[in-house]
Amino acid sequence: MPLLYYLILSGILFGCGVAGFLIKRNIITIFMSIELMLNAVNLSFVAFAAQWRAFSGQVFVFFVMVVAAAEAAVGLAIIIAVVRTRETLNVDDVNLLKL
Amino acid sequence: MLHLILFSLFGVICVAGAVNLLLQTHPINSALSLVVVMGALAGEYLLLGAEFVAAIQVIVYAGAIMVLFIFVIMLLNAGEETRSKGSRVAILIGIPGMLVGSLFVAWVLLQSHTPSVAAGALPGAPRTIGWLLFHDYLLPFEVTSVLVLIAIMGAVVLAAPPESVQHSRKEG
Amino acid sequence: MTPNLHLWLIPVLPLAGAAINGLFGRRFSRQIVSAVALAFAGAAFVWALWIASQFSSLTSAPYHETLASWIRAGDFRADFAFYLDQLSLVMLLVVTGVGFLIHLYSVGYMWEEGGFYRFFCYLNLFMFFMLTLVLASNYLLMFIGWEGVGLASYLLIGFWFTKDSAASAGKKAFIVNRIGDFGFLIALFLLIKHFGSLNFDQVFASVTPLSPETQGAGLLTSIALLLMLGACGKSAQIPLYVWLPDAMEGPTPVSALIHAATMVTAGVYMVARSHVIFDRAPAALMVVAIIGTLTALFAATIGITQTDIKKVLAYSTISQLGYMFMACGVAAYSAGIFHLMTHAFFKGLLFLAAGSVIHAIGGEQDMRKMGGLRTKIPWTFWTMTAATLAIAGIPPLAGFFSKDEILWQAYSSQYGSWVFWLIGVITAFITSFYMFRLWFMTFFGEYRGASGEEHEHAGHGTHLGRNDADALASHGHGGIHESPKLMLIPLVILAVLSVVGGWVGSERFDRFLSPVFHPNSTVIVGSPMGTPPPAVPEQRNENLSESLMTAISVGVAALGFLLAWLLYYRRRDLPGKIAHALGGLYQAVLNKYYVDELYATLFVKPLVDGSSKLLWRGIDQNVIDATVDNSTEVAQQISDTARHMQSGNLRSYAGWVAAGAAVIIVYMVWIGVR
Repeated sequence: MPLLYYLILSGILFGCGVAGFLIKRNIITIFMSIELMLNAVNLSFVAFAAQWRAFSGQVFVFFVMVVAAAEAAVGLAIIIAVVRTRETLNVDDVNLLKL
Repeated sequence: MLHLILFSLFGVICVAGAVNLLLQTHPINSALSLVVVMGALAGEYLLLGAEFVAAIQVIVYAGAIMVLFIFVIMLLNAGEETRSKGSRVAILIGIPGMLVGSLFVAWVLLQSHTPSVAAGALPGAPRTIGWLLFHDYLLPFEVTSVLVLIAIMGAVVLAAPPESVQHSRKEG
Repeated sequence: MTPNLHLWLIPVLPLAGAAINGLFGRRFSRQIVSAVALAFAGAAFVWALWIASQFSSLTSAPYHETLASWIRAGDFRADFAFYLDQLSLVMLLVVTGVGFLIHLYSVGYMWEEGGFYRFFCYLNLFMFFMLTLVLASNYLLMFIGWEGVGLASYLLIGFWFTKDSAASAGKKAFIVNRIGDFGFLIALFLLIKHFGSLNFDQVFASVTPLSPETQGAGLLTSIALLLMLGACGKSAQIPLYVWLPDAMEGPTPVSALIHAATMVTAGVYMVARSHVIFDRAPAALMVVAIIGTLTALFAATIGITQTDIKKVLAYSTISQLGYMFMACGVAAYSAGIFHLMTHAFFKGLLFLAAGSVIHAIGGEQDMRKMGGLRTKIPWTFWTMTAATLAIAGIPPLAGFFSKDEILWQAYSSQYGSWVFWLIGVITAFITSFYMFRLWFMTFFGEYRGASGEEHEHAGHGTHLGRNDADALASHGHGGIHESPKLMLIPLVILAVLSVVGGWVGSERFDRFLSPVFHPNSTVIVGSPMGTPPPAVPEQRNENLSESLMTAISVGVAALGFLLAWLLYYRRRDLPGKIAHALGGLYQAVLNKYYVDELYATLFVKPLVDGSSKLLWRGIDQNVIDATVDNSTEVAQQISDTARHMQSGNLRSYAGWVAAGAAVIIVYMVWIGVR
C-alpha cells in the first residue's frame, strides 16, 4: 500500500482540525480541533517511521502524546478560569485584548 | 488487499468522526466523535505495526485526555453553541490559506513516488520502544516528565477557585 | 650666490594690511586706516623695487622660493612656492607700482565715503591675491590668486551694496568669472592627469619635447583652449565680457585698479605664462587671436555710442585687452605684455582722471552733461590728454610703441595674417575716434551740466552711514573744483609714465623677456627684432614694410582725431543727425548689440525658472519637505491600518495563524522539493 494513502488521510484529518479551529465558536470544541490536528500529525510520524524503518518516529509519537496531555490539562484549566470570570464559553466574547 | 480494506475502513471512520466533530453544535457530541477518531487511528497504527503506540493512543489519548475533556464539559455545563459575530479574517484568509497549503503539499506528494509500506511494517513492541526511550532518548524523556509535573501544578493553580488560593497564601 | 629675496613678503604685506584694517579698521580714524593701507602697499612696492635691483645678480633665473609644503598626494605635489623670472618681475612692478598709486588716489577719492576702512581692507586684499597670482610657481597657487581677485572684485564692485545695481553687478562679475574658472579648472585636471603635476617647471619640461599639434586638435589644444576660456572670463573677452561694463558700478579707483590695470590682465599673464603649451597648439593660438581681434573691434564699436564716461573706458579696456590677446594669439607674447604694461599706465590714468572729473562736477558721469571743463580743472585735463594721446597711439607716447608692435607682429608673425592687421588698424581708428570724442565732449565747448556753480556733493555713489548734512558741511566749496593734491599726484606720475613708458622700446623689452619666451634661441644683440638678421635686401624690405605700417597706424590715429574734432567740436549737430539716419543700427550699437538680453533669455532666465519652479517648488518643497512633513502622517496611517489586526477577536488571530502556517509549510516544501 503506498505511503501516500496514509499521508492523505493524515492531511484530511489535519485539514478538518484547522477548519474546526477556525469555524467553531465554543472554546472547548476549538481545543478538541487542536487535538485532532495533533493526532493527524501522529499518524504521519508513524507512517514515515514504517517507511524508513526508523523507530524514532514512534518514539516521537510518544512524546507528542505526553505533551498533548500536559497541554490539555493546562488548557482546560485556563478555560475553567475564563469561564469563571467571563461566564461564557463563546470565544467571540473573550475579546478584552484589543486596542 | 486485506491491508487496503482495513485501511479504508478505519480511514472512513476517522474522516467521518472528524467531519462530525465539525458539524455538531453541542460540544459533548464533538468530544465523542473525537473519541471515535482516536479509536480508528489506533487501528491505523496497528496496521502499520506500531503496537505500543496504538496501545497508548487508546489508553492515554482516548482514555485519559478525552475523558478529561468530557469531565470539563460536564463541569462547565456547556450548552449548544450560540450564534455570534465571528471573524471575517478567519473565514477569508485562514481557510483558503490552509486549502492552498494542503493542496500544494498534496500535489507535491503526488508528484513523488512513495514506496509501499506493508502491513505491520515496523513492529514497535514495547520492549523496543522502551529500550530507545531509556537509552537514546533519555534526556527528552526526563524533560517531558518535568514538563508534566509543571503542567499538573499549573492546572491546579489555574483551575482552583480564587478563595482557596488566597487561603493558602494567608496560611502559608 | 643667489640671495634670498624673501619673495613671500610681497604678497603678505598687503595681506597684513588687509587683516589690520579689516579687523580693527572700524575703530581707527580715517588717517590711521589710510596710513595702514598705504604703508603696506607701499612697502610691497619698495620691496618689489629692491628685488628688481637684485634681479640681475641672480645666477639662475627663474628664482624659486618655497614657503611651505601644501599638498603631497602620492606623486602629486603642490606647494606654497613662489617663482620669479623676467615675466613675473614685469607684472610685479606693474601691479605694486600702479597699485600703490591707486591706493594713494583712493585716500582722496573715498575720503567722504562711508565704509572707508572696508574699502581699504578689500583693496589690500586684492593686492595680496593679485601678487599671489603673479608670483605663484604652480597653477594651483595661481588659481587661488585667480579666484581671490575675483572675490575682491566682487566685494569692491558691490562696495555700495545697498544699491541694487551695484550688488547685481558684483554678482554678475563673480558668476561670469566662474564660467571661465570652470574652463581653467578642467585644464588643471587635464594637466594633472597627463603630466602629473601643476608646477610650472615640471609641466613645461614635460610639454617641451612634445611636437606641435598641427594635425587637428589634441591634448595640448584642449588644455590651451580651456585655459583661454578661463582667460576670457577674467579678462573680459568674447563671450564672457559682459561683466566688465556693469562693473563700473564700483568706485572709480576700483575700476582703475582692477578693471584696467591688474585683474583683467591676469588672463593675459596666464596665457603668456603658459606659452609653452600654446606654442605647441597652433589651433588654440588661432582661436586666441580670433577672439582677441573680434573682441577688440566689437568693443570699440560699442564704445562709440556710450554716453557714460566710465562705460566708454570700460569698453575701451575690453578692446585693448583684445589687442593683448591678439598679440598672444600670434605668439608675440612679449608684445602683449608690453602693451599690458603701457595699458596699465594710460588706462589707469584715464580712469583716475575720469574719477577726478566726476568728483569735480559732483558725481555726474554722463558726458552729455559735461563740457568746457578744460579751464576749470587744468591738471586733470592735461593728464587726461596725455593718456588719450597714449591710447590713441600717437608717437612718441607709450601706447604708440606697444600698439604698433602688436600690429606689426599680427601681420608678420608666422601665426599672423593681414586680416588681423587690418582689423587691428580699423580698431585703432575707432579707438582714437571714441577717445577723442570723450576728450572733446568732456573738456571742450560749453558746460552742459545741471548746475554750473553751486552743487551738492551727491557723492560718487551713495553715501553709506553719513547723512547729507555732514556731506554738505564738509564740502563747503561750491562750483567745479580741481581735485585735492592727494588725487592729483598719482595722475601726474601716471601721465609721466604714459609718456615715457614706451621709450624702453619693444626690442629691448622683447630681449628682456626672451629668456622666458624663447629659452633656447640665442639672441644676437643689435638686430632690431631680436631675431637673426636676414639677408640685407630682405631686411630692408622688412624694415620698409614695418615703417609703412607704422605710418598707417599713426595715420589712422590722426584720422580718428580729425573725425572726433569734426563731429564733437566743429559740427556738434552732426552726431545726432547721423545717429538718426542710421536708425536701427545705431540703436543696436547703443544697446550693446543686445548681448546682455540674449544671455538673459538663453541662459539666465531658463536657469532661474528652472531653479525656482523645478528645483525649489518641485523637488525641495514637494518632495523633500513633503517627505519629512508627511512621514509622520504616513506612519500614523500605516499604524491606523495595522492596528485593526489587534481586534481582540480570537478567531481572527486564529485565522492569521493558520494562514501564516500555510505560508511557511508551502515555503518549506518548495525548498525541499527543489
